[in-house]
Amino acid sequence: MRDESYYTTNRRGAKLNLQTIKQEWFGNIRGDVLAGIVVALALIPEAIAFSIIAGVDPMVGLYASFCIAIIIAFVGGRPGMISAATGAMALLMITLIADHGLQYLFAATILTGIIQILFGVFKLASVMKFVPRSVMVGFVNALAILIFTSQLQHFVGEGWVMYALVGLTLAIIYLLPRITKAIPSTLVAIIVVTAIAVFGNIGIRTVGDLGNLTQQLPVFLIPSIPFNLETLIIIFPYSLALAIVGLLESLLTANIVDDMTDTESNKNRESRGQGIANVVTGFFGGMAGCAMIGQSVINVKSGGRGRLSSLVAGLFLMFLIIVLGGIVVQIPMAALAGVMIMVAIGTFDWSSLTNLHRLPRTDAVVMVVTVVTVVVTHDLSKGVLAGVLLSAIFFASKISKVKVTQIVALEGSKKVYKVNGQIFFASVNDLLDKFDFSDSVKEVEIDLSYAHLWDDSAIGALDKIEMKFEQNNIHVTYSGLNEESKHLKKQIGGFSKASGH
Amino acid sequence: MFKKILLATDGSEHSLRSAEHAIKLAIQFNGTVDVVYVVDARTSKSDVLHYVDKYEVKRERQEKIKPVLTLLESSEIDYKVQILHGEPGPSIVDYANKHDFNCVVVGSRGLNNLQTMVLGSVSHKLAKRVKCPVLITK
Repeated sequence: MRDESYYTTNRRGAKLNLQTIKQEWFGNIRGDVLAGIVVALALIPEAIAFSIIAGVDPMVGLYASFCIAIIIAFVGGRPGMISAATGAMALLMITLIADHGLQYLFAATILTGIIQILFGVFKLASVMKFVPRSVMVGFVNALAILIFTSQLQHFVGEGWVMYALVGLTLAIIYLLPRITKAIPSTLVAIIVVTAIAVFGNIGIRTVGDLGNLTQQLPVFLIPSIPFNLETLIIIFPYSLALAIVGLLESLLTANIVDDMTDTESNKNRESRGQGIANVVTGFFGGMAGCAMIGQSVINVKSGGRGRLSSLVAGLFLMFLIIVLGGIVVQIPMAALAGVMIMVAIGTFDWSSLTNLHRLPRTDAVVMVVTVVTVVVTHDLSKGVLAGVLLSAIFFASKISKVKVTQIVALEGSKKVYKVNGQIFFASVNDLLDKFDFSDSVKEVEIDLSYAHLWDDSAIGALDKIEMKFEQNNIHVTYSGLNEESKHLKKQIGGFSKASGH
Repeated sequence: MFKKILLATDGSEHSLRSAEHAIKLAIQFNGTVDVVYVVDARTSKSDVLHYVDKYEVKRERQEKIKPVLTLLESSEIDYKVQILHGEPGPSIVDYANKHDFNCVVVGSRGLNNLQTMVLGSVSHKLAKRVKCPVLITK
């Protein structure tokens, strides 16, 4: 009987699982295929532009987008989300490539993936909650600013033709959707501007001037680097930064897709999936990537919901490169710069500007500090770190306000100190100043009913208070300790006092 | 005749006036009101970015359409709230046509003029594509 029921639940579980897989892959074939094609078209200019930002051949970004989109389709935790080569990641690689070259980038990409897999395996996706909202807003705003400023170099030494073509690109991108939404407007803009540049015989810089494009599938390769500690020391800081930024953007994007589609997703599986995708990408000559907010929104808006759309996007992207590679190199930089400016405008959280004065002052400061740190250091992970640290400091200072009130009892021979607040390392200094140790009373009671002891600094502070009173022959008693505080005091109390003698 | 009424709202002043009309209709025909609020991609993105978790996102959205809900609450008619995701026009059209409403009530203008200029007006789309009578309030 018991065996049988176990058997049926198990079978039902397996059946349900198979149904979910079927639903995730083939529940929305038409929508997914169409959306995948739209995404592939929109990915090409971005993958090329992000490669140029990182300082590598366009192929590196295209191979990355191809590999990541396909792998994530199978191992990702959020169906309907699009991952590929991204600006956030490209911006982190610039110095690694400039100082050490492409092979180190591949190695760093593989290590990034391994770190992300570990994040997923140890279910660390929840660590995301320690990144405050104001830091996340600062993160996307800084990313937008960096993408925008990275385009300015393409304007240096260019004439009015460059400005006109960028203007035309932007005009098509923003105005075409008013007429039709059937074709992605970025693609139309690129085709039109490329056609003008080619047939108008305008001598303007093109993708081909900045790198090579090979019309072939990526091949498996092991990065040709020395496998020693020195290499690890070079790539590890980059990989860690890439892993953190990649997960941050991926999980934020997953939340946005969750909300847009009103469904749930598996964040730890997504972390693992991002890792696996990056490991594979590193072995196939691609750069590390992550989920893309913009592309995922395009995908969902175009009707993509399942895993199929990401697979189609990856396959179609590679197909286009193999077939149209010769034309892709003729795309003028002006068109790509226009697309990137559009990406920057779309990434920036404009509501944070209009709401800035309504936010709590400390949140606004954290946001601005995050942005400024990134813009100065050109490193998103440093901005996030600065923002998180600053938030922690603000939080500690807010919570470390301790109130102490004195009550005189027993006709002046006893004094009661009522302590109100959180007692921990940041608040103990204030606490000590609030006691009058050279008092003329015989007895002191410290009432901790409205206080909580958090750490050994708290216990140490109480021991110090007790010791100072006893030096003046004043006896100290405690009252109102809550269970946790009592336990903590019993555990470590008296140690610091004993060592003090 | 107008038993089952759909009220499209965005929480704006204008939509508050359409709510008043929907309530009047419901009282007259002893009907019910379904309130729909559509969250588009842009709102989705900024809500997720600014609020801690999905519960807070949900609460903030309820808060956004609260004036309309308070109005319905005080009128003592039966009402339901539905939050949809997608582009406002097509989402409301789809929802209205799938659920056999007798009437759709919508404001003539939404949150701002710029959006209307770029995206076209929601009320216009509803008037064209919803199968039941559409009441556009001024």
